[in-house]
Amino acid sequence: MTVYWNEKAETMPRDELEKLQGEKLQKLAKYVYENVDFYKKKFDEKGIKPEDIKSIADITKLPLTLKTDLRDHYPFGLNAVSLDEIVRIHASSGTTGKPTVVSYTRKDIDDWTELMARTVMAPGITHEDVVQNAYGYGLFTGGLGFHYGAEKVGCSVIPISGGNTERQLMIMQDFNSTVITCTPSYALYIAEYAKSQGIDVSKLALKKAICGAEPWSDNLRKTIEEVLQIDAFDIYGLSEIYGPGVSVECEEKDGMHIWEDYFIVEILDKETYEPVAEGEEGVLAFTTLEKTGIPLIRYITYDISRISKEKCKCGRTHCRMRKVTGRADDMLIVRGINVFPSQIEHALMQIPGVAGYYQIMVDRDIIDSLSVQVELTPDTFSDEMKVLENFRNEIENKLFSILQVKATVELVAPGTLPRTEGKAKHVIDNRSKNI
Amino acid sequence: MLKQISVFLSNTPGILAKFTKVLLENSINLKALSVSETADFGILRILVDKTDECVKILKKNNYLTTLTDVVAVEVPDEPGALYEVARILGDNSVNIEYLYSTLIKENAMIVLRVDNNEKAVGILNNNGIKTL
Repeated sequence: MTVYWNEKAETMPRDELEKLQGEKLQKLAKYVYENVDFYKKKFDEKGIKPEDIKSIADITKLPLTLKTDLRDHYPFGLNAVSLDEIVRIHASSGTTGKPTVVSYTRKDIDDWTELMARTVMAPGITHEDVVQNAYGYGLFTGGLGFHYGAEKVGCSVIPISGGNTERQLMIMQDFNSTVITCTPSYALYIAEYAKSQGIDVSKLALKKAICGAEPWSDNLRKTIEEVLQIDAFDIYGLSEIYGPGVSVECEEKDGMHIWEDYFIVEILDKETYEPVAEGEEGVLAFTTLEKTGIPLIRYITYDISRISKEKCKCGRTHCRMRKVTGRADDMLIVRGINVFPSQIEHALMQIPGVAGYYQIMVDRDIIDSLSVQVELTPDTFSDEMKVLENFRNEIENKLFSILQVKATVELVAPGTLPRTEGKAKHVIDNRSKNI
Repeated sequence: MLKQISVFLSNTPGILAKFTKVLLENSINLKALSVSETADFGILRILVDKTDECVKILKKNNYLTTLTDVVAVEVPDEPGALYEVARILGDNSVNIEYLYSTLIKENAMIVLRVDNNEKAVGILNNNGIKTL
């Protein structure tokens, strides 16, 4: 039997749903035009008025929003309300030194909680479950997003946050956790660690995992399900659009339901940003229909996927997106954290003595590892090992402070890294081989 | 005091062969050497017969090099010789960063990188230890 948090909304007939989206879009167009200078300017440039938006079909008349627009209006320039009405501020990686900032009003937090409650229940999790929330709590939206949703459902929530695997397993055994929420690679790591400690996973109460924040394959799902003897579900979200809870798999595990009464999703061509034919692959773009803090119109995620509007066996009418198959930009996701090569370059250039040549390598041996090769210069070379090691530590600390994920720095001799004419290939991602 | 050449080398197969080939092709003879390594790089420290020429050649071949003053002492090749050197320096609060040694004829040569070269040479000589 399918369980729902909000059966009426989740099973609403599609024609009703689309009509509702159209009505909300009209209100949204008026709201951003009146409250966000950036959008007023964009509307005026395109010669459109909020009144021109009459139904969901009119969405293509509206301007696009890019990640760089958030950066250019850092930190609060795209907010529709004053800070007085903002109750929470989250942030994720930006493309350079500054993060991407997202402000939430009280209504936004309530709405996000509603979406997360649906998201928690879609894989069949109920108030009877004990949820061990191993997503990071902090500026990252994963921890608090899940916390609010699972608590709303009535689950017993353990706000353990990420890391400290030994303690994760102790709590899991002692508190009889039935659900774990974490990145897929961390779920696998927990399983490996349990095995190394001689813990019999079949004796755990664990039944389900909701894994997200990084791309993972169906093969990895099978592995996680086998080694932990559970069902694992995929979830999608991004902080700009609340955080987790934009979409999630139901018990059918056949695509992630996007909560369409809160979002309009479009699939756009990755070059032209024109809509692609139904069912085709392209870049996901979201319009937030209820956000009041920082409403976004046609926000380009750079995530590549496709959607299906076919009704699901679970009874939900909301469309389903496939797993994200790639990125239309150069963003890397390392251990669930977004990393832009430009951030690394920006950090390196701030350290005196670092030459312009560097190479980023990403590998996955259960969990992701990020390493950066940096060429030494005559100025930075020292006869003393400790001086070189301090220099390397300085770079590692700088990178960690900007990326929030550990990068190992390898110092290499000048001329070692490949010189290419034109655009240098700064990133080698070896993960696709064993993802 | 002697001039030591330090060279930065990546910690990968074939790097030392490539380096020593450069020395061979330029008829440069190694008098003493040591290698310190980390997981990804090493520092090769060498004393050679033609120091200035060697530095020029290495730079021409794009090696990262630096010249360092080191203290070299000649001691008998017998038990207790290093103890004497270390004791004298320790008693006089001279800190040793690193050292390596080689044989010259019947004696041992110990090459020391210390925090105060002049002081080290002075006290070693005062204690009857010959510096090179």
